[in-house]
Amino acid sequence: MAGVTLDLDALQVRHPAAAADAPAALRPLTLKVGAGEQVAVIGPSGAGKTTLLHAIACALRPASGRLQIDGTDPWSLPVRQLQRLRGRLFLAPQVPPLPPRQRTVTALLAARLPAVSLWTGLRSLVYPVGAADAHAALARFDLGEKLWVRVDRLSGGERQRVGLARALLAPAGLWLVDEPLSALDPTRSRLAIDTLTRSARERGVTMLATLHQVDVAIASFPRIIGLRDGELAFDLPSADVTREHLLGLYAQFEHELAGAPPVNVEPAAPAARPATVVVCR
Amino acid sequence: MIQRPPLLHARCTACWIVAGIVLLVVASFATLDLKWRAFLSADAAARMGRFLAELTTPSTDPDFLWRLAIASGETLAMSALGTLLAVVGGLLLALPASRAADGRRTLARGPTRLVLNVLRSVPELAWAALLLIAAGLGPFSGTLALALHTTGVLGRLFAEAIENTPRGPAEALRVQGVPGGRVFLYATLPAVLPQILSYTLYRWENNIRAAAVLGVVGAGGLGQMLAFHMGLFQMNETSSVLVAMLLLVALVDLLSYLARRTLMR
Amino acid sequence: MAPAVSEPSLRDPAWTRRVFWTLAGAALLAPMLWATEFRPWILFEPASLRASLGFVAGFLPPHAEPGFLKMVAYEAWRTVAIATCGMVLALLLAIPLTLASTAVLSVSALPGRMHTLPFIARQAIRWLLILLRSVPELVWALVFVRVVGLGPTAGVLAIALTYSGMLGKVYAEILESGETHATTTLLRNGSGRLNAFLYGLLPTNGAELTSYTVYRWECAIRSSAVLGFVGAGGLGQQLITSLKMFNAAEVSTILLVFIALVWMADWASGQLRRVLG
Repeated sequence: MAGVTLDLDALQVRHPAAAADAPAALRPLTLKVGAGEQVAVIGPSGAGKTTLLHAIACALRPASGRLQIDGTDPWSLPVRQLQRLRGRLFLAPQVPPLPPRQRTVTALLAARLPAVSLWTGLRSLVYPVGAADAHAALARFDLGEKLWVRVDRLSGGERQRVGLARALLAPAGLWLVDEPLSALDPTRSRLAIDTLTRSARERGVTMLATLHQVDVAIASFPRIIGLRDGELAFDLPSADVTREHLLGLYAQFEHELAGAPPVNVEPAAPAARPATVVVCR
Repeated sequence: MIQRPPLLHARCTACWIVAGIVLLVVASFATLDLKWRAFLSADAAARMGRFLAELTTPSTDPDFLWRLAIASGETLAMSALGTLLAVVGGLLLALPASRAADGRRTLARGPTRLVLNVLRSVPELAWAALLLIAAGLGPFSGTLALALHTTGVLGRLFAEAIENTPRGPAEALRVQGVPGGRVFLYATLPAVLPQILSYTLYRWENNIRAAAVLGVVGAGGLGQMLAFHMGLFQMNETSSVLVAMLLLVALVDLLSYLARRTLMR
Repeated sequence: MAPAVSEPSLRDPAWTRRVFWTLAGAALLAPMLWATEFRPWILFEPASLRASLGFVAGFLPPHAEPGFLKMVAYEAWRTVAIATCGMVLALLLAIPLTLASTAVLSVSALPGRMHTLPFIARQAIRWLLILLRSVPELVWALVFVRVVGLGPTAGVLAIALTYSGMLGKVYAEILESGETHATTTLLRNGSGRLNAFLYGLLPTNGAELTSYTVYRWECAIRSSAVLGFVGAGGLGQQLITSLKMFNAAEVSTILLVFIALVWMADWASGQLRRVLG
């Protein structure tokens, strides 16, 4: 799977739910990412990092400007082709999207759905198709023994790593990884980020990751993008990022630079709203 | 300025409600031709007493008990199959009846909800009476009647469960370009499955009670025996049928409890 | 990377269980299909299809002759009236039984265990309530139709008996699950049972009790509509009569009124419960 190239030209994005006069989540942003590049996006909370990933994943429609993925504007494509293009993109949200009562193997194989036929998709629900691949992906995150375990029996950190392992199964040329380390301790973080970058390099996949841990970003990614208030603060090779850059980027958010507290990624319990249907008994 | 007494105050909601309820009750008793005299007469009391006395001695004729067992099995099958069909129907209707993934109300939502409401508003017994025309006398009509009414109830409950489920997993697959049906199977269904099972078992407990009496209009099962023997004033047999009904209801409640305990782990 | 501690087999461990339960389900389904004479195709046999299509075609237009509409409206009102009278009688029966059976109001249980005699009395009342609600209201109606003849009396009595059992059970549950401290304090200070109820239990649980009663009233309307099927008056009796005469237009009118009635009761009960909070 060849890496995807990205070309953002004065891209501006608004949240659909935001007030009309609120500032856009992403101000005009211009950015180019080559095939197989690995980029870390850093910046304080609310800088628009997640919005950027969602816009590139074609989950949010840009308000203005131009987005080109592999040289084509996704929003000019007919729906079928847009869906096919989306299959080439993989977004790993910060809260791993795993249904609690599903088994890890099924949750992993779900990431493969864009590439398999309807028949295989259905058959896989009855008897997992490709359990070996799922196991290999899990093993790279040191979770091989959790293959047949139900998701709600996993800890928060294990769930997050399962969410990352989904990337290895997705038929994608671009990984958009949102805060992959928020529920992991430093050792696990190291292992997880190494696995991600190494796998991306092996496959030639382009990767964009948002990160709170600036030191991890600089150590593991060759290129760093600093984002603040929806605007590009800097876009530098990691060797050129200085302490001044970071202090400027995180001004008034210094505590985040010192290391953000891990975010709880336990899925919210489904709202137990009582049924409103009258059932007489 | 003198404060108006609250009772005459137009905004004394509670007073108006109480007045309305009293009016409703008085009007109800006034307009119904209730035959208290017939009910409280010595004749009625004697008949009631004889009824009850005979009810205490259920018939244990082996031949009759065998027929009773068959009718019980029929009732049990009607309730289970009716519920099963309703689960399928309810799921099929719950999909268009729930909001789209992005929270929009789809075009089909209103009409589907109307269908569900109509299915639900007509009681099982009325469905059974209507279906006798299409499906004839017997347990098949009863099964279909249970299925139709329960489809209405379950469809509505399932739709609400689907709308209240966290969207994260489904959203992740949709962003990957996975078609809607597979998104439902891989992300939404596993999330709502516990609720679906719980509602289904609950409706089964309800449907065994309904199935037991459906036969009164000719839709098979214990109800048909009950209506038959009661019509002939054979109170001993009636009593056995009643006992069978109570046992059957208790059995289904027990099975449902066990199933809930194993499945909800 | 550290090697995984234990490599799981790549064979799905749940597979055997799934196969077993699928086969077991199929094995159970077969006799069920047989017992319910499940033959959907008979619905599509020409004779039966003609009958049902003919009947359904007769639904439109609904019978709207003024005299008939007036009669249906009257029957709809009788349905509500039967439900209301039944509920009133059920309350008259359920409230004393609840008061007598609630353990919270037991004076002998104050120092510790309840005495034997009150315990037996309370258990007896509980069994009576179970018996009352276990027999479906339709069966009670059948019994009373035999005793007092056709008409609304049987419906009212059937609802009264079944619903008193249900109300009694749920009232007791509400009273015993709520806050009981105020009530026991009143009893400890020597107040009577009725006063302890009026000053302790009722203020605490009043809203919930009323809300449940209103909800039951809505259920009673649905029941009373059905009770007519065995001759206990109201819309159901009219529906059965029209059905027996294969008068599709009348059936259609009655069904529409029936659905409207249920929705109105639903709406009224929802509003009432919202106001009562």
